[in-house]
Amino acid sequence: MVTDSRPARSRPPLGLGSSLTAAYYGLGLAGLIVAEVGLVLVLLGWVLLAGAAIASVPVGPGDGHQRILLLLLFLTAGLAIGRFFVCPVLLALRQLAGLTRRLAGEWCGVPIAESYQPPPADPAQLPYTARLRWLLTDAATWRDLRWVVVNALVGWILAAASAALIVVGGVAFLVPVVSRAIPPPAFPGNTKPVLAVIGCAMVVTGVAAAPWLLRGYGLLAARILAPSGQAELALRVRHLSQTRTEALDTGAAEIRRIERDLHDGAQARLVAMGMTLDAAGQIIDTNPDAARALLAEARDSSVKALAELRALVRGIHPPVLADRGLGDAIAALTLDMPLRIHLASDLYGRPPAPVESAAFFAVSELLANVSKHAEARETWIDIRHTDGMLRIGVTDNGHGGADPARGSGLRGIERRLAPFDGILAISSPPGGPTAVTMEIPCELSLPKTSSS
Amino acid sequence: MRVVIAEDLFLLRDGLTRMLQAHGLEITSAVDNGADLLAAVAKDRPDVAIVDVRLPPTFTDEGIRAALAARREVPGLPVLVLSQYVEQLYARELLASGGGGIGYLLKDRVFDSAQFVDAVRRVAGGGTAMDPEVIARLLARNTGNVNVGALSPREREVLALMAEGRSNVAIAQRMVITERAVAKHTASIFLKLDLQPSDDDNRRVLAVLAYLEG
Repeated sequence: MVTDSRPARSRPPLGLGSSLTAAYYGLGLAGLIVAEVGLVLVLLGWVLLAGAAIASVPVGPGDGHQRILLLLLFLTAGLAIGRFFVCPVLLALRQLAGLTRRLAGEWCGVPIAESYQPPPADPAQLPYTARLRWLLTDAATWRDLRWVVVNALVGWILAAASAALIVVGGVAFLVPVVSRAIPPPAFPGNTKPVLAVIGCAMVVTGVAAAPWLLRGYGLLAARILAPSGQAELALRVRHLSQTRTEALDTGAAEIRRIERDLHDGAQARLVAMGMTLDAAGQIIDTNPDAARALLAEARDSSVKALAELRALVRGIHPPVLADRGLGDAIAALTLDMPLRIHLASDLYGRPPAPVESAAFFAVSELLANVSKHAEARETWIDIRHTDGMLRIGVTDNGHGGADPARGSGLRGIERRLAPFDGILAISSPPGGPTAVTMEIPCELSLPKTSSS
Repeated sequence: MRVVIAEDLFLLRDGLTRMLQAHGLEITSAVDNGADLLAAVAKDRPDVAIVDVRLPPTFTDEGIRAALAARREVPGLPVLVLSQYVEQLYARELLASGGGGIGYLLKDRVFDSAQFVDAVRRVAGGGTAMDPEVIARLLARNTGNVNVGALSPREREVLALMAEGRSNVAIAQRMVITERAVAKHTASIFLKLDLQPSDDDNRRVLAVLAYLEG
C-alpha cells in the first residue's frame, strides 16, 4: 500500500480551541525534538567523552606529544566502541522521524511519505557492517540527520514559541498583576498596567500564531523529511514491481489450480464416460438391460462433469459478473448467502473488467468471512464511485475483532487490490461492529447499450 | 403443442428440436437470436417459448431480456429459459414478470428427456419449473430460518419439489409415496411456514418461492 500524500490544506484550522490545541501540539513536537537531539548526542557522546578524558588527564608542561598520543588512543578506542552505537541510534532515530512524519500529518496537516530503502534481508540477521552500509547509503538516513540539525537550530523555535509566549506571558507578566505569589520581572518601569499590556500581547500573539507556527513546522518537516521526486519515483517503481510480481504469482497459481481441477474433474469424467459408452456399445446386442444401465451411468457422469465445470467457471469469472457487472453480481452473491444483507449499489457505469473481478472476489471473501466468523445478524454493503474512486464498504454487526495481521483472507484481499493501487481499511474493535472499506482508483465506462 | 426455440448453438438447437418432436411437440420456429425470437413469437403465437440465456449479439443475459420482452409483447406467454448456470437473481426477475408460465432450468436437465418434456408441458400450461439447483440454493439461504428449520427431512424434500413447481401427483411419483401422504406433508409445511394453503398448484408454488426468497 502506498501512503497517499495529499496536498496540504491552504489554511490551518483557526479559533481559540484549535489554537490552544496547536500550541499544545507544538510542545509535544518540541519534546520530540529534545529526544532526537538527545539521540544524536548519544552518537557523538564518545567524542565528547574522549575530549573530556584527555582534558582531565594531568600531564606536565612540555608533554605535548603525550597529549597527542592520548588523543589518538582515545579516538581509536572511541571509534571502535562508537561504531556499535551507529546502527541502534540511527534505527531509533528512524522511529522518531517516523513519529514526526505521522504527527506532521495528524497535527500539522502536512502528511509526509516515508522512503527508506528496504533492508536487504532480515536486519537482525545481517552482519553489522552490512547493516551499517544499508543505513549509511540510504539518502533517507541523511535526511533524518539533517532534520535533527534543522530541529536543533530552528525547529524548536517553531514548535515551542507559541506555548512559550502563552506560558511566559501568563505566568511571568499576568500573574504578578493579580497576585504576589510570583515576583514581577525586574526591569525599569515594570508597573502593573505595563505588565498587563505586555502579558496580554504575549498571550494573544502566542494564541494567534500557534496554528500558523504549527503549520510552518509541518512544512519545514516536509521540506527536509519528504522524499525527493526521484526517491518518490523509486518508491513507486518498487511498489509496482512488487505488486506486479505478486499479481503474476497469483495468476500463475490460479492457472495451475484450474489445470488441476480440469484434469481431476471434468477431464476424468469425460474419459470415464467414453469408456462406459464403449462398454455399452459392446454389450448392447447381447445384454440390452446392462447396456441401458451403462448408458444411464454415462449420462450421470456428464451431468457431474457439467456441474464441476460450472463450479470452476464460477470461480474463474462468475457469469453474472460478465453479464451484468459488479452491482448485480454482488446482488446475486448476496442471494446465495444465509445472511441478512442490505445492498446499496450506485454505479452508473462499469469499472474495467479486471477491477470488477478483483472487487467481486474481495466482497465474496469478505462475506464468507462474515458468515464464518462474525456471527452477524445483519450486513450492509455499499458500492459507489466518486472522484475517480470505486468505494465498497462492507459493515456487519457481528462481534468484531477481525485482525488483518492474522487472517490470511484479508491479506489475500489486499494482494488482490494492490495491482490496482487499491487499498483496504478495516475497523473491527472487539465487540464489533466490523467495517471494511475498499478503495480502488478507476474510471467507469458507460453502460453498454443493448441492441434488443 | 406449439413451441418456439431460441438457441444460438446449432447442435443444441437441432437436438432440442428433434427431442421435442420425438415427444410429439410441434416446433414452429427455431431461431438463433433475441430479435428473431420476438418476431417468431409475434408471428407463430406459440404455446411456449424455450430460450437460451446467452444469445448474440452480446452473449450475456440477452435471452432473459428477450424472454421478458416477449412476455411484454404477448402477455402471459409461457417462457422456459435454459442456461449453463442458474442464478437466483435471474429466477427472481423472471418470476417478477408475474402471471405464471415461467421455467428456468439448467441445460443439463435436457438429458432426462421425459422430465424435461414434462417441465415444458407444465410451463406451457401456466405452471412453474424452477431448477432444483435454484431451489437448493434458496433453501441453503434459509438455513437460519427457524420455520424452515422446524420442517422434518421428509417435509423439506416435499418443499423442494413443490418449489420446483411439481404437482402433488408428480411429487408422490418422485418420492414413491401416496398422494395422500404428500397432501399431509404439504398441509404441515404450510402450517409451519405460516402460509395460506391453496388448491391452485401454481399459486402454491409462487407462495412457497416468495416465502423462501423472503
